[in-house]
Parts: sequence; C-alpha cells; structure tokens
Amino acid sequence: MRRIIVTGVTRMAEINLNCPLPLPYEQIVMAHGGGGRLMQQLLDRLIQPVFDNPILAQKQDSAVITVNSAKLAFTTDSYVIKPLFFPGGDIGKLAVCGTLNDLAMSGAKPLYLSCSLIIEEGFPLADLKRILQSMQQSAQKAGVKIVTGDTKVVEQGKGDGLYINTAGIGIIESALAISPQKIHSGDSIIINGDIARHGIAIMLERESMQFDHHITSDCSDLSGIVHGLLDSGVQAHCMRDLTRGGLASVLLELASAADCHLEIDETAVPIHEAVSSACEILGFDPLYVANEGCFVLFVPEHQTYQALEILRLDPLGQQAAVIGKVIRPKPGGMVTVKTSFGTSRVLNLLSGEQLPRIC
Amino acid sequence: MKYLNEYRAPDTVKRLADAISALTTRPWRIMEVCGGQTHSILKYGIDQLLPEYVTLIHGPGCPVCVTPLTAIDKALAMARQPGVIFCSFGDMLRVPGSREDLLSVKARGADIRIVYSPLDALTIARQNLDKEIVFFGVGFETTAPATAIAVWQSKQDNLSNLSFLVCHVRVPPIVEALLVSTENSINGFLGAGHVCSIMGYQEYLPICHKHRKPIVITGFEPVDILQGIYLCLKQLEEKRYEVENQYRRVVNPNGNRTAQALMQNVFKVVDSHWRGLGKIPNSGLALSDEYNDRNAELRFDTGIDVVSEPHNCQSGQILQGLIKPPQCPEFGIRCTPETPLGATMVSSEGACAAYYRYRRHPHG
Repeated sequence: MRRIIVTGVTRMAEINLNCPLPLPYEQIVMAHGGGGRLMQQLLDRLIQPVFDNPILAQKQDSAVITVNSAKLAFTTDSYVIKPLFFPGGDIGKLAVCGTLNDLAMSGAKPLYLSCSLIIEEGFPLADLKRILQSMQQSAQKAGVKIVTGDTKVVEQGKGDGLYINTAGIGIIESALAISPQKIHSGDSIIINGDIARHGIAIMLERESMQFDHHITSDCSDLSGIVHGLLDSGVQAHCMRDLTRGGLASVLLELASAADCHLEIDETAVPIHEAVSSACEILGFDPLYVANEGCFVLFVPEHQTYQALEILRLDPLGQQAAVIGKVIRPKPGGMVTVKTSFGTSRVLNLLSGEQLPRIC
Repeated sequence: MKYLNEYRAPDTVKRLADAISALTTRPWRIMEVCGGQTHSILKYGIDQLLPEYVTLIHGPGCPVCVTPLTAIDKALAMARQPGVIFCSFGDMLRVPGSREDLLSVKARGADIRIVYSPLDALTIARQNLDKEIVFFGVGFETTAPATAIAVWQSKQDNLSNLSFLVCHVRVPPIVEALLVSTENSINGFLGAGHVCSIMGYQEYLPICHKHRKPIVITGFEPVDILQGIYLCLKQLEEKRYEVENQYRRVVNPNGNRTAQALMQNVFKVVDSHWRGLGKIPNSGLALSDEYNDRNAELRFDTGIDVVSEPHNCQSGQILQGLIKPPQCPEFGIRCTPETPLGATMVSSEGACAAYYRYRRHPHG
C-alpha cells in the first residue's frame, strides 16, 4: 500500500483565541462575496474606511451626486456567474439588468452604461456574440445606450470564461429623496414578486438536477415598474432590489441603516411551489436565496393599496404583496419573522454562503 | 407541497399545542436528540407553543458538531497536500480545526470539493486517476450507509486512488452515556427519526427499560415534533416508559436491513471521541480491516495524534443539555459563526448556531 507523508503540519496543544483580528480570516474566502455577515464586515472594516467619504457612507446601491444642479445616480457591478447561460437569462442580460436595477432603486432614470469584458483565452466567439447581443437587447428595451467599455483577455485557467463589469449613470428627476433614512414607523413593506427563483435556477443548472417543473431565473429590468410607481405619485420612502443575500439580507441591511424594527409575515412572502420544494431538498432557506428581478418597497401605510394596484398592472408585479411593516424605531435595527403558528423568530445575517446540509 | 404542508398546518399545530397544555400537570424536561429537530424547534418557535414548565433540552445529535478536533486536523492536513482532491459534505467546511478550517485551506488553493453524495467521490476519482481522492465520511447512522456503499463500490471497481477518512458515529451509545451521567435530569427523549429509518428502534428497547425513560422516535416537521412531545409527556404523566414510534411514515421497527448489512460489511464498531463530550464506548464506526487499503488514516501519515480542545468552549455542557447556549459567557461575544470557539456554533444544526440565528437580538 502506498503511504503518503504529510508535510508542513503544525501541531498546537492549545489555541489562543484571545486576540480577535479585525477580520476573522487572513485571506479572502468565498463567503466574503456571499452577501452575508462576512461581506458586511469586509465593507465596514476595510473598504469603507479606506475610501472614506460622505457619498460612499450613505451605503446606497447607487451613489447620488449633484453636478451643476442636476442630480445623478452612478453605480457599478461585476458579474461572475457560472453557468454563463441559464434558464431565464445569461450573464449579458444579468449585467445590464443588475446595473439598471441599482439605478432604478435610487429613483433614477437610467441613461448610459459601460461594459468591461474580462475574457478567458479560448472562449468561443459565438458565445461572446450571443452574450453581447443579449446585452444590447436588454439595453435597448430599457432605452439606454452602452457608450463605453474595455476588453481584456486573461490566460486559460485564469478566468471562468467571461467576467463582465458594467457601470451606469442615470438622472433623478423626482424631488423624492429615496433612502433608508426615510423609512418610518408604520410604513408598509411591499415586494413585487416571488422570491428565490434566480438562486435556485442557477443551483439546479449547476448541479444538473432535474425537476418536473422548469424553474427560470427572475432576471429582469425593474426600472419600468419602478417609474410606473413613482410617476403615479406613490411617495416611496425606500426601495432596494434583492440580490445575492436574498430578502433577509436586504431587510437586515435596511433595518440597520434606518435604525428600525421590521416585522415580516412569513406566510405573506410570495414563493413559487417548485422553488420552495427545491429549497427543501437542498436544505436552503428561501429568504437567503438570490434574486435578480425582485425589489422591496417601503411606503406610507395610507398608500399601501395604491402601490399594490400600480405594481400589479406591470407584468413584473403580478404577485405583488404586502409582506410586513415597520414596527418602531430601534437603534441598530432588527427584523423579526412571524410564523404561521403565531410564534416569531429573529432574522440574522448568514455568516456566508448557505451550504448544503448533511442530513 | 405534498407530505410537507400537512405537517406544517397551523390548525393541526394549534390542536397539538392545546392538547399538550391540557395534558401536562408538572414540570418535565425532554431532550430532542437530533440537531435537525433542534433547528426546526427554533426556526418554527415550537418551544414558544409549549407550557412554560415543559423544557426542551437540545441534544448532541449534530454530526458536524461532535466530529473530534483530531479528525478535523487530519482532514486539513490531507486537504493541504498537493495532488489531493478532498471531498466533503458542505457544512464540514466551516468547522474550525486547531488553527483554521477547510474553507481557508480552499481559499489558499487546495482542491476541496463539496459533494452531495459519497458516490460523487467515486466519479471524481475515476475522472482524476493521477490524483489522490479523499472522502470525509461523517455523520450518524443516516449517512453511514452512503459512505459504506461508496467504500464497497470503490473496492469492486478496484479504484486505488480513493480513500476514506471515516468518523461516523452511533446514536444509542450516546443516549446511554447521557443517561448514565449523574448530572442529567432528562425525563424523556425524542429519538432521531432519520437514524431510526436505517437502524429501526430495537436498540432503544433495553436503554428505555434499564433507565425507565420514555423514548419517542420523532420526525422533523412542526407537527411531528409536537406529536412526539405529546406522546412523550403522555407516557410521563401516566408513569409509563416505552419506545414509541411517532415517525411511522418513515421508520419501521427493524429499519433498512440492506443498509445495515452493508454497514456491517464495511465498518466495525469502535470507541469514539466526541467533540466536547470525550470518549464514548462503542459509539463510533471505523473501516473494518478488510478495507485497510482504503483507509485514509493509514494511507496518509499526518503525524497528528490527539489534539486537545480549547478550554473556554462549553459545547460539552451544551451537548449534554446542562446549559442552553445563551448561558455560555462567550455566546455571541467572542463566539460567533465567524469566530466559533466550538463546533456547536458552526453547523446549522448546532444548538449554539441555531440560537444565534433565530433568537439573538443583534443590538440587545
């Protein structure tokens, strides 16, 4: 029998855990990008302090800047999804819609996008063409132009086929100041559609799991539905699109930024039955699964039904629902979930990515 | 969802909660053995539905939590080797060893892969004949048959580049050990339903009779757990002690004989070290001598013997149900899922992690 001698093992009789580092890891781990608590720590303890400035400190999906009395929204996002083509979209559509959504959440009308490509040596040109056309199609549909960009090629094995970065600029015409700080006790919390479809569609595609029901990503541009809402006079206090960390992470982030206690009614959160079943099988909590076409909206209580009606006029708002409300001010913020049994639990940020459970 | 919605129906839950209140006349302490049940109890707030004087004690039934530090350090040493592909279930990746976890080793370039089934390791081994593949087999009798079939199949297929780091553990010896411990004051048990789907529940009859404690084999949904609690309390109130089966839709008295035969072929029963609890006689499963050629501990000389555990972690007392996580002075302060002092804070089924996730008010 072969015997392999392991080298470089350090034995430690005891562990000194008395000296907490500012970050629990000495190098980046995958969970630093997972949208959970580790990522929040990386932002708060490393990135924010280095770039420290008042615009960044607002922690919005888009920076709101004023240039010669014009209010502009400016944002950027990188897309590193695997697989590049998935049910309901592809990396190109995602790269355009994701950035449009970040602009829309600040109430901006998107105008221009950039497109940077980091392409791995050996990547098929036919796939690249398909992805670029998909970007163009999504941009055209939203009435924006992709006006600048950059292209880099990296050696084979140094990239996952293709990474895309997009940045976007939009103009804020509405006088509303939409931000977490506007969230107020009594506000209704509304969602436009069913949750967790993107994350599950990707997971099933990646693991080649077959389901009777075909689950497609919710990847879509939300700027149309948002402007329908704002143009009809709904006084949105805050909006935020759900991404990696799912509904739970967004609510926790907003509760903390607004110093408020939010309460969610678990039974009111729309979720497709097939998505819910897939989550059961994989051991995932749908509240933490990624979305790419959902947003939460905080409106004054008296405008709840007006907002719901307008949302439901749009194809992306057919399943709009009131999922909870802002209970009271609470320093540091808190989110609780009411179960169908009348019990409640506290929502917390996940440490990192959800991992499939043993049993 | 069929077979799930019925077991989460609010009216059934309410009926059972009312029946429990009507039945109970004095304080009782019930331990749910399985971490999956602990997770459900905290997620659905089942403890909030019980009379104040019925206390649920969270048991040691999280396989991730009880895997000894020595095994984790061996796993880390193997995973760090160039030319090794280390395969593991997902939730083992965050469990801290003496100095780091598998996620950190992965971040530095080790080839560590999350698999859903031990059989995935066979596929990886066939596709990478120039690499050494190690599968980290952890878990109770629920996951042991899956490891067993992978070991057996690898031998049939003569796959020489695959070995197994086996740390499987058995539930009955730990239940017995908890009952023998004079410190415990547990009145009854909810048995781990999925373990019994493999093993049946004959093994629990002598334990139940010797210690005169009711054991109710219980499922994992809110209705299952409440019904298990109801049956257990009913026995206690009527001064009976029996093994009862709440989880009849899944568990039969003799379990899955095919799986048992396979386990008998591949494993031998050994004394095993449980993280936080120490050595428990006959509580572990190791590869039998016939499979020495697939034993990763024999194939890799890690130089690791026994690693001692940090003193300030009270997971041993938590796993024995002596204290609840918030009673630990380190809970939520120095011990968090990012900086866990012990494994009960790591796995989603660990009692500390479940309290941290579902009960902790982040800002007091």
